Amino acid sequence: MTETPFPNNAYAIELRNVDIFYGNFRAVKDINLQIEPRKITAIIGPSGCGKSTVIRCFNRMNDLVPSAHLNGEILFHGKNIYDPDVDPVQVRRLIGMVFQKPNPFPKSIYENIAWGARVNGYRGNMDDLVEQSLRQAALWDEVKDTLKKSALALSGGQQQRLCIARTLAVRPEIILMDEPCSALDPIATLKIEDLMRELSTQYTIIIVTHNMQQAARASDFTAFFTMDTDRAGIMVEYGPTSQIFTRPKDKRTEDYITGRFG
Amino acid sequence: MTRQTLERQIHHIQDEVLLLGSMIEQAMLKAVSSLKCRDIAEARRIYHADQLINEKRYAIENAILILIATQQPMAHDLRILAAMLEVITELERMGDYAKGIARVTIRLENIEIPIPTQEFDRMAELSVSMLHRALSAFVTENPNLAAAIPAEDDEVDELYNRVYLNVVNAMIANPQIIDHANLLLWVAHNLERMADRVTNICERTVFIATGEVLEIDQSDDETEQDVE
Repeated sequence: MTETPFPNNAYAIELRNVDIFYGNFRAVKDINLQIEPRKITAIIGPSGCGKSTVIRCFNRMNDLVPSAHLNGEILFHGKNIYDPDVDPVQVRRLIGMVFQKPNPFPKSIYENIAWGARVNGYRGNMDDLVEQSLRQAALWDEVKDTLKKSALALSGGQQQRLCIARTLAVRPEIILMDEPCSALDPIATLKIEDLMRELSTQYTIIIVTHNMQQAARASDFTAFFTMDTDRAGIMVEYGPTSQIFTRPKDKRTEDYITGRFG
Repeated sequence: MTRQTLERQIHHIQDEVLLLGSMIEQAMLKAVSSLKCRDIAEARRIYHADQLINEKRYAIENAILILIATQQPMAHDLRILAAMLEVITELERMGDYAKGIARVTIRLENIEIPIPTQEFDRMAELSVSMLHRALSAFVTENPNLAAAIPAEDDEVDELYNRVYLNVVNAMIANPQIIDHANLLLWVAHNLERMADRVTNICERTVFIATGEVLEIDQSDDETEQDVE
């Protein structure tokens, strides 16, 4: 059982005794994880440890995988998001996601931002929303004169910031990022990390990353996952990033972050 | 097992730290013996050899910084490297103490003054022995061994107090020697401080093992810190 680094109960979202299955295979087991609001929490661990599986359950993205199902509870504002009366579309509006590979729609930059807001029934000034979202994503200055141009003409780093702006446009509370920089060069990566830091004053960010240096640089809290003997993913250790990377408590964490895993 | 390059380089730096330590041990023993024998030529050699100690310290520091920048060490690896940065600073200061003693020898050339050689010899012997074992504990990461060493500082402190009293009494009896006798107090001070700095190395050894910096108790800590 991993200790919680937080003494209070005001979590942004909380996993309680979560097991996730693909068919009969238990991909992760007994995860208890409390996410601090308006902080950046990184999930790290070797391939196959279930970190992407876990981050996808935070906004019911795993619903889209037919064989996937989940035991346990994921509490968001005190409510289990897997309860039958919860609308997964509403969950995904409040808990947005940015993916590994930038995936803008084959539309204009403007439309990429406006589309989600329109679908969600946004009735305010769309130009203002687009500008505000692009500014928040630190992209406005680079695209303000080319808003009608195709989003696909942007560089990879710009496309990823556009996807972040698109997520912000629907006013989420939590932003999930699954390896958001793995397709980006180092400078674009640092821009995203700076942006994450900026956004964390208003949003809760959960990031899955293979890049330990990125977790060390960019996150406030780190959860280390690994694979148990039955190949199910487990959470080994969770704590402040500064502690995890300088004096982890568990030998498995130590071995992984010092590069001696396996 | 991965990270063989990093481990090889850490071991290499640990060897260099041991080498630096043995340079200090030699310098300190020779400094005290040159004072005892009034060997001015030897004292001058020790005085100038301090430069080599400083250079070695900066070379090690540079190697550690390069390793941190290029290998991104974490956790235990990072603690070893951070601790070594601290330890080489302590060692360099001990080198300065040896140099200071050599300078006293040079300044006492042709000066008639009784030197408490027995106490100085014993203080140097104890301090060097403590340093030697502290560095062994440091590179072998043995926190238990490290934690036991600082208690030995008590004997060094007693010797210091004895020298202090004797020298001050000599000054009172013969005020003309005050200037030169004061230099002998500095020798005693340097030897005593060397043993204190060994304690800091022992604390770093505990830090590598636990990640916690614990002040290891020293009976004289309070009085010494007050006048620094």
